[in-house]
Amino acid sequence: MLKAAESIKDRTNNHDKTAFAIDLDKVAYRYDSSANVTDLSISQWHVEYGSQIFLYGDSGSGKTTLLNLLAGVIKPSKGSIQLLGSPFSSMKARQRDKFRARHIGVVFQQFNLIPYLSVIKNIQLASYFASTTQESIQESAEELLLKLKLPVNTLHKRSSELSVGQQQRVAIARALINQPEVLLVDEPTSALDSSARDAFMQVLLDACQAANATMIFVSHDMSLQDYFESSIAMPLLCQPENHPEEIQ
Amino acid sequence: MTLLSLAWHSLGSRRKSVLLTFCSLLISISVLLSVEYLRHQVKESFNRTVSDVDMIVGAPSGQLNLLLYSVFRMGTPTNGIQYTSYQSLKNNDLVEWAIPISLGDSHHGFRVLGTNKDYFKHFKYANKQALAFKHGTAFSGMFEAVVGSDVAQQLGYKVGDKIIIAHGIAATSFTHHDKAPFTISGILKPTGTPVDKTVHTSLSGIEAVHLSPRIQQRLIKSGSTVELKPKQVTAVMLGLTSKLAIFKLQRDINNVSDDKLMAILPGVAMTELWQLMSNIENVLRVISLLVLISSLFGLSTMLLASMQQRKGEIAILRVLGAGPLTIFSLILIEALIITLLAITTAIGLISLAQHLLSDWLASHYGLFLNGHLLTKDTLIAAVVIAIATIFTALIPALEAYKSALHSALSAK
Repeated sequence: MLKAAESIKDRTNNHDKTAFAIDLDKVAYRYDSSANVTDLSISQWHVEYGSQIFLYGDSGSGKTTLLNLLAGVIKPSKGSIQLLGSPFSSMKARQRDKFRARHIGVVFQQFNLIPYLSVIKNIQLASYFASTTQESIQESAEELLLKLKLPVNTLHKRSSELSVGQQQRVAIARALINQPEVLLVDEPTSALDSSARDAFMQVLLDACQAANATMIFVSHDMSLQDYFESSIAMPLLCQPENHPEEIQ
Repeated sequence: MTLLSLAWHSLGSRRKSVLLTFCSLLISISVLLSVEYLRHQVKESFNRTVSDVDMIVGAPSGQLNLLLYSVFRMGTPTNGIQYTSYQSLKNNDLVEWAIPISLGDSHHGFRVLGTNKDYFKHFKYANKQALAFKHGTAFSGMFEAVVGSDVAQQLGYKVGDKIIIAHGIAATSFTHHDKAPFTISGILKPTGTPVDKTVHTSLSGIEAVHLSPRIQQRLIKSGSTVELKPKQVTAVMLGLTSKLAIFKLQRDINNVSDDKLMAILPGVAMTELWQLMSNIENVLRVISLLVLISSLFGLSTMLLASMQQRKGEIAILRVLGAGPLTIFSLILIEALIITLLAITTAIGLISLAQHLLSDWLASHYGLFLNGHLLTKDTLIAAVVIAIATIFTALIPALEAYKSALHSALSAK
């Protein structure tokens, strides 16, 4: 993992210092393209490399839509999204899928894993779609599991045999296996009890820092704010004229 | 981890419905391949029955009728032709050889064919193959017989056994020519043709069993080797000196004035007969195709029904970077895995059945299975089935494609 972290550092250092990991410019999104109502509108938002941002807001405030935009599952109706200096939103769908596989790790609320596959197969799947030819995927996976405080024998269990907390940790391991520069996390603790939640948050932040990934963490649970240095509320982000990077 | 192993595991997670679909496909593909295979074998078996016989002459009826009773030993001869006609045919300059045949008696359900030694010399089957003896030789005396391999095998005969010929062709006959037993002088090698189910005797032998008992006894006691000349024979098979003479001779024979004769060309008659059979064959093919199509729709339905529960799975794959086309191919691969497994299993099953049933089919239906199942036609059929699978699986695959296109992170 150390090696991995170093290589990420190298990569990030290669980027133009002035560039941001995430850069949104006049982004608008409408679910229904014929409607006049804009479901999400963000005029400007920049996230620096390596920062971990807590993004909070009530349900319906557009958090998940924003994550979908950042993951490239949907395209903005207007404006542009730059990820890691690449024109993410104007890529072709196939390129965007490939980019997501290589550079973005995603953990969502629940059901992150394919239930009928073993843990190791779930992790291998991520590396298969990213077309990375990792020789030592088993070793990296084991290392990740240890960091996430999961026993190594978890690797060969079926995902459906794991507890929800364990599944969420495996989801982090899978999200990190391709050493992504960006990690998108959507309410990962909503299915966990409070003690499991604290343990989960700790391992998530540790793993994320070790990987030096830029993380966007979305939740409506304000109590999680304490884990993060910077946070931003959805309504603020969506205001027409704002400079959210200054908002603490 | 590849798409193939993902598809395999995905099928494994829905074992029950997959297994049922697999069984339905297995049955329909087995039926289809069996029909294709049997069709081939029947045609081959049919075409090997007679070879190198240029013409068959019999009493006027229909050409199919004459062909059926003279070559396939099916049905009853309506009438005979004069023995003198046989003699004059034999002496015709255009005729190289002539085999007289006389039908009408039976032995335990097997047809008895009266003929002469020319039969063993000139009659050919399959690819101009002559008859060969497994044991013994051709008959030489009046009361000697040569049996086909099936007759010997089923009735347990060996050279030297005595058999009795019954009048008529039913398996049970009330008129047995039991005063005049025949001695088996030879057993033929298997040919895969009706010859295997035939008891061959001399024309004189046939004639002798129909004499009155008193004359018959005198004949047996005296040990006479005088040939009894029959008045009639059922038909004559001809080999010609030149194939070019066929139509001239046919015309001449049909115009003979002192006997009513009809000459047919076996090749032409076989083709006509096969055309009749090919209708049945086509009906079978259509039925098996329809069965296959319905199974493929079953496959498609099974995959489509699973789509609802797989929305979450598709969302996960999307997030991992799988494009909608990848999801689309995943469904196609799943369908193809089931079909290809069904095809392989079907071929295995049919081969096994062929191995186990070939003796029974040969003895009960005279159907000789010898070819391999893995012919070019079977492969073509397999490819067609695979293509049909792709087409029917397009429906669930497109559904998955759409689901992938609209899937978002909020999968719950």
